[in-house]
Amino acid sequence: MSARDHGIEAEGLVRTFKGDIRAVDGIDLRVEPGEIYGFLGPNGAGKSTTVHMLTTLLPPTSGSGRVAGFDIVREGPKVRSAIGAALQEAALDNLLTGREHLRLQCALHGIGRAERKVRAQELLERVGLTLAADRKVGGYSGGMKRRLDLALALAHRPSILFLDEPTTGLDVQSRSALWTEVARLAREDGVTVFLTTQYLEEADALANRVGIIDQGHIVAEGTPEQLKAQIGRSTVEAVPADGTSPQAIARILEQFGEQTGGSPKGVAVRLEHGVEDLAGIVRALDAEGITLEHLELHAPSLDDVFLAKTGRSLEGAAEEQDEPEDR
Amino acid sequence: MRGFWSVALAVAWRVLHNVFTTPSLLLPGLIFPLFFFTAFAGGLSRVDNIPGFDFPNGYTAFQFVFVLLQSAAFSGVFTGFGVARDFEYGFARRLLLGAPRRAGIVAGYAMAATGRWAATAVLLTVVAFAAGMQVGGGGVDLFALYAMALFVNLTGAFWASGVAMRLRTVQAGPIMQLPVFLALFFAPVYVPLSLLSGWLHSVASVNPTTALLEAGRSLISGSPEHISLAFLVAIGLAGALSVWSLRGLRSAERAG
Amino acid sequence: MSTFAQVGQIARRSVLRTARQPANIIFPFVFPTALLAVTSAGLSSATKIPGFPTDSFLAFFLAFPFIQGALFATMNAGTDLARDIQTGFLNRLALTPLRGGALIVGQLAGVATLGFVQSVYYLTVGLIIGVRLASGVTGAAVLIILATVIAIAFGSLGAFFALRTGSGEAVQGLFPLLFVGLFLSSMNLPRNLIEADWFRIVATFNPISYLIEGLRSLIIAGWDWQALALAFGFAALLAIGSLTAATWALTLRLTRT
Repeated sequence: MSARDHGIEAEGLVRTFKGDIRAVDGIDLRVEPGEIYGFLGPNGAGKSTTVHMLTTLLPPTSGSGRVAGFDIVREGPKVRSAIGAALQEAALDNLLTGREHLRLQCALHGIGRAERKVRAQELLERVGLTLAADRKVGGYSGGMKRRLDLALALAHRPSILFLDEPTTGLDVQSRSALWTEVARLAREDGVTVFLTTQYLEEADALANRVGIIDQGHIVAEGTPEQLKAQIGRSTVEAVPADGTSPQAIARILEQFGEQTGGSPKGVAVRLEHGVEDLAGIVRALDAEGITLEHLELHAPSLDDVFLAKTGRSLEGAAEEQDEPEDR
Repeated sequence: MRGFWSVALAVAWRVLHNVFTTPSLLLPGLIFPLFFFTAFAGGLSRVDNIPGFDFPNGYTAFQFVFVLLQSAAFSGVFTGFGVARDFEYGFARRLLLGAPRRAGIVAGYAMAATGRWAATAVLLTVVAFAAGMQVGGGGVDLFALYAMALFVNLTGAFWASGVAMRLRTVQAGPIMQLPVFLALFFAPVYVPLSLLSGWLHSVASVNPTTALLEAGRSLISGSPEHISLAFLVAIGLAGALSVWSLRGLRSAERAG
Repeated sequence: MSTFAQVGQIARRSVLRTARQPANIIFPFVFPTALLAVTSAGLSSATKIPGFPTDSFLAFFLAFPFIQGALFATMNAGTDLARDIQTGFLNRLALTPLRGGALIVGQLAGVATLGFVQSVYYLTVGLIIGVRLASGVTGAAVLIILATVIAIAFGSLGAFFALRTGSGEAVQGLFPLLFVGLFLSSMNLPRNLIEADWFRIVATFNPISYLIEGLRSLIIAGWDWQALALAFGFAALLAIGSLTAATWALTLRLTRT
């Protein structure tokens, strides 16, 4: 079996920092070769620390892991030769051009001079940076830097790719372009992707399976559909028309479920009986003569899953403390 | 006018607060003049044995004047670094948006430079007296010396802030420093003008810094000479460079 | 990829980055040259002090820019390495097969290259303005070698600080200390002519005095083996000590398995 036949395994991974901070508190996971695994959680949940351990940048305090068939503690160099990583910081040198970055990366991975040139050009085309290739990275936009970061991670044709919050801070277009490329890598090149994110829609859109992490533990794991099906409860949101009191709407909707967060103008409730309640809601609102600007039914989201498992909303939990510095 | 002073005081307060609470900003401005003084006055004290060196108050006082003016100029330049940082990292935009009278921003930076220098000047003076510096001049002479140094400080601040507002990057540091460095050192730093020769004598003869140095040394020795010329030079430079600085502000405004 | 090739790649990057930062050119070249010009002209009459070892203050002072240039190059190299740590670029390098030793040696190869170029430049400037080396052509080669070793020694110190602190600001904070060390030495006058007792004592204990005196001996005295031995000895000691410390700091910083 080659490295491409192996994915990622972790058993009881723990990492503590000074002051007894258990940033990762016993992670078990298994990612199959060719799978896109989404690792979802708020800031400070332990995502980046887990990635740092699996990419051999940080030794675990206890537990074990195997990446591409190699032990992350005892076979660090072999792990590194099989993986590519685009970490949270873009980690680029503002004084080098995009092309120079790629050539350096290829050279350090032992790719010969002639092949470096070809590979660099191929990657620049793949990520759409050919026009900017010979400009210093200091002049790149955030999206361009992320694309270069991805290209660098792919320089030596790794079988496993770690992406640590790759689209944070990007505009919608850049994010979409990155998603397309990641999906293509998994689908056509068979690359295993371990993707950490705090964006629900990113995990939803890309991941074959999702692990939700909170306070160093995995609290839920499965395909997005499986996870949402576990919760099974839709929400409905009503936005009042001008002159209609939101309180009046809230009084009616609360008969069908508990109120939850929605848009600032609207009233939202999580339905006790799901979609079946929708007809009853419409009749009740009509009976009271309430006019609405907007009524929308939302299928369960991963945030609902997170809320169900942790008692907190993922989006609300995003303001929590950052993970401790590695050193 | 009230808007002008409220802006100036606010800007000056912020810069001084940052400087005096951040060791990495405060200490270089304090330490460098001290060790220049120590190195020159201590290490080169035998230079006053050179035939023709007839400064009456000893080499310590001779060098004190240079280091005082140097510290004044560089306090201004260091403030310019801060201006460049403000523009590069966006804080200056906040000042431009909030200030009803934007010229007050330039005045504020200049006042901050003077505040910084005041701390250095006090420390330098204390150390010089502790080292046994002999002063021939009286209170008025010394007041005039420090007043002249104040104008040098403003000159340095206006020059550096003008560069900073035009270039708006910390990479402009060398451009701020180099001309000031050359202006200071192409002058009778180590020996009086009469003991210089060759190209340096020619350059120093036309360098405005020479007038300031020679006047300053005459003040500290109690035999003031060419003081009016020196003040004309000092005030003239500060005035001209204040225009440079204000025009730099306009350049920054146009850039958005 | 062999260690040598890895060193080459990192050295190449180090030199490229230095060349692309105008401030890194101005400080190590222009400031020392300007200071050489003004100080040697300003203190030219110091040669009249009884016991002064030469009648050319320019020849006497020419050793200074070699050291000052090394200091500036050190700060730049240390700041660059600290920036790599702060931006996460070091993590990127850590994920490649790059050996830790190759990283440090590569960075120092960049410093050494700059030190070599600076030495050739200052020597050329000195020759153009009329300085003649008492030790001749061979002495010029030894001068360049010694200056390069000094640059490597200070570069290692900068690398140690960068790796230990991970902060460009901390590295910059080192500069005043080194500058003080440079000035409290026999930079401006021979030690035996320094009048202030405390200054002379400090200069005597200051290793930088011996580095300057070693360089200076090749210019004004010819072959002063004691001065050369002390200079090479102190430079080697500093280089070995700082390199050892930098390697240790790298093992703390690169916690990769």
